[in-house]
Amino acid sequence: MIAFLTSAIRLGMAFLFGSTGETITEKAGHLNLGIPGVMCVGASCGCLAGSIYYNAVDGNLNPFLAVIIPILATVIGGALMGLIYSFLTVTLRSNQNVTGLVLTTFGVGVSNYMIAQLDAVSFGKANIYFRASLPFAEKLGWFGKLFFSYGVFVYLAIAIAVATTIILSKTRIGLNLRAVGENPATADAAGINVSRYRYLATCIGCGIAGLGGLCFIMDYLGGNWEYMIDAIGWLAIALVIFTVWKPSLGIVGSIIFGGLYIASSYITGVSFALKEILKMLPYAVTVIVLIITSIRAKKESQPPQSLGLSYFREER
Amino acid sequence: MAKQEHKQPLVHIVKRSAMPFKKALAIRAAAIVIALLLCGIIAMMLAKTNPINIYGAMIKGAFGTENKIWNLLQDIAILLCISLAITPAFKMKFWNCGAEGQVLIGGLGAVTVMYFLGGKVAYPVLLIIMIAVSILAGMIWAIIPALFKAQWNTNETLFTLMMNYIATQLVAFCLKSWVKSGSGVLTPMEQYGLPRIGHRYLLNIIVVVVITAIMYVYLKYSKHGYEISVVGESENTAKYIGINVKKVIIRTLLVSGAVCGIAGLLLVGGTDHTITTTTVGGRGFTAIMVSWLAKFNPLVMVLTTFLVVFLQKGSSQMQYDFGVNNAVSDIITAIILFFIIGCEFFINYKVVFRKKEDKAVKEAEQK
Repeated sequence: MIAFLTSAIRLGMAFLFGSTGETITEKAGHLNLGIPGVMCVGASCGCLAGSIYYNAVDGNLNPFLAVIIPILATVIGGALMGLIYSFLTVTLRSNQNVTGLVLTTFGVGVSNYMIAQLDAVSFGKANIYFRASLPFAEKLGWFGKLFFSYGVFVYLAIAIAVATTIILSKTRIGLNLRAVGENPATADAAGINVSRYRYLATCIGCGIAGLGGLCFIMDYLGGNWEYMIDAIGWLAIALVIFTVWKPSLGIVGSIIFGGLYIASSYITGVSFALKEILKMLPYAVTVIVLIITSIRAKKESQPPQSLGLSYFREER
Repeated sequence: MAKQEHKQPLVHIVKRSAMPFKKALAIRAAAIVIALLLCGIIAMMLAKTNPINIYGAMIKGAFGTENKIWNLLQDIAILLCISLAITPAFKMKFWNCGAEGQVLIGGLGAVTVMYFLGGKVAYPVLLIIMIAVSILAGMIWAIIPALFKAQWNTNETLFTLMMNYIATQLVAFCLKSWVKSGSGVLTPMEQYGLPRIGHRYLLNIIVVVVITAIMYVYLKYSKHGYEISVVGESENTAKYIGINVKKVIIRTLLVSGAVCGIAGLLLVGGTDHTITTTTVGGRGFTAIMVSWLAKFNPLVMVLTTFLVVFLQKGSSQMQYDFGVNNAVSDIITAIILFFIIGCEFFINYKVVFRKKEDKAVKEAEQK
């Protein structure tokens, strides 16, 4: 049971990064369907940087640098993808759905290309530092295992989610950001620079989402590359709705998603065929949540009003 | 009182009224040419050869042999069919990202009939059942999100996305429970497939040509098509002039799902005669771009489908000739699509630079 929970939490954090990033973007009114691509590129940028660093020091990794260099590279890579997306949707006012889908195609392609050029050993070695946990975790029994046995990513994900919640709901920046997403014309009239907010929200959101890809590779898979980050990305987008645009709920939601995602491999005594049905769970649950939130139609749990619409000042 | 200088911004953007069709076409063509040049440069760096070789390889990959031309036509037919399927929904601004799942379920319907009824009923009966089941399966998969959208305005983008994965798992489940060896590969059941006319892809191509014509007439000349455009342009207008929006949404998605079902039937019954979880292979998403690029016009869609399929075939030839990674095909397609998406801006908007005479006008006003 403990093993299941810790595993669910570690996978869940990959979802959490993605959904926190997407929440920030959506709060600014942009439905970024390119998140799966962003996560792929983020992860491969991190791996590339890790590999360059590994080769530069001939394998004598400094634990701190081995963690921080890939993380920075991932954030930059993700933010660059966000820049492409926001240039097309904010400045050129393209259709967000189509742009997002193309961004996913692009991101998956770029990351597959990058990874094929890399030697898996060179970035895989760093995973022990990503997974390094607090030294006293082992001594505290199940309690320590459940709360302290994780690497840096789990705590980073939760910290970012909490910080995002506070910024969105308690600060002026958050208020402005939400105004931009709800009604850009009003925000513009109030003197808020709509384009700047949208650019920044998308780029920062993509940077954070990129970390989700790296987290999945380095922490959950232990440094092995696998071509399934895009599936994680779609679930991260679903998680945004599951948590009704609240990163704080995302912490719980992501762990539930992680649990549902891995449930099929922990449940014993069912046939292989039935396991395939169990793998439907996260998607089916998302659909159910989607339906429930839309039927209840509570004001607090609605998507930002201008989600998916580009803003053009001279349009009425 | 200090006089405040109100400076006009250096550039500002004005919406164009309507651009002549030829000029719009020229802008799009220019975007494609620029994108192709850029892709040539990128491919040149990756493949380390000159651009003429690269474009040569792309053309060879698409039209090199008779077989390749048939493959090209088959891929165009299937992608076009799926693009046509989602077009009514998209024209209505119903973001159906679930074509992938709807096609897969249509295919699953066909394969189920082949698996359980193959050899047990007469071939013509089998065919009729197979066609009916595929279309019905596609319709069911599309109508579920449509019902919720119509009734409670549930977000259809994510709903349909999730339905894709549910469909994939359903196929995985069927494969695991049917194939006793555990390999998960269902042997092709060619004898129960659609009848073969001439070349093995000919039937698919004919069917899709017919669907293209029907869809063009349906969208452009029928009352349904008109209602779809009105709902897409403005739901309030539609309500005002007495269109039952809910009914239109559900009816349109039934059409959309039915054509997706046919696409699944063509893929499974007409081509593969078996199914895997990747039978559709991302075409459901590519179709969205194809349909959107053609501005939802079924005839233009033939061209955009050709462009996308040509790029895919061309880049896979490049991969074969120059040993570049197969991901290059995705990258090149995406870059070209970025350019085409971006160029729409220059068709819809005009960039105006700050003019000198504005200052003169202002001064004149002040006097």
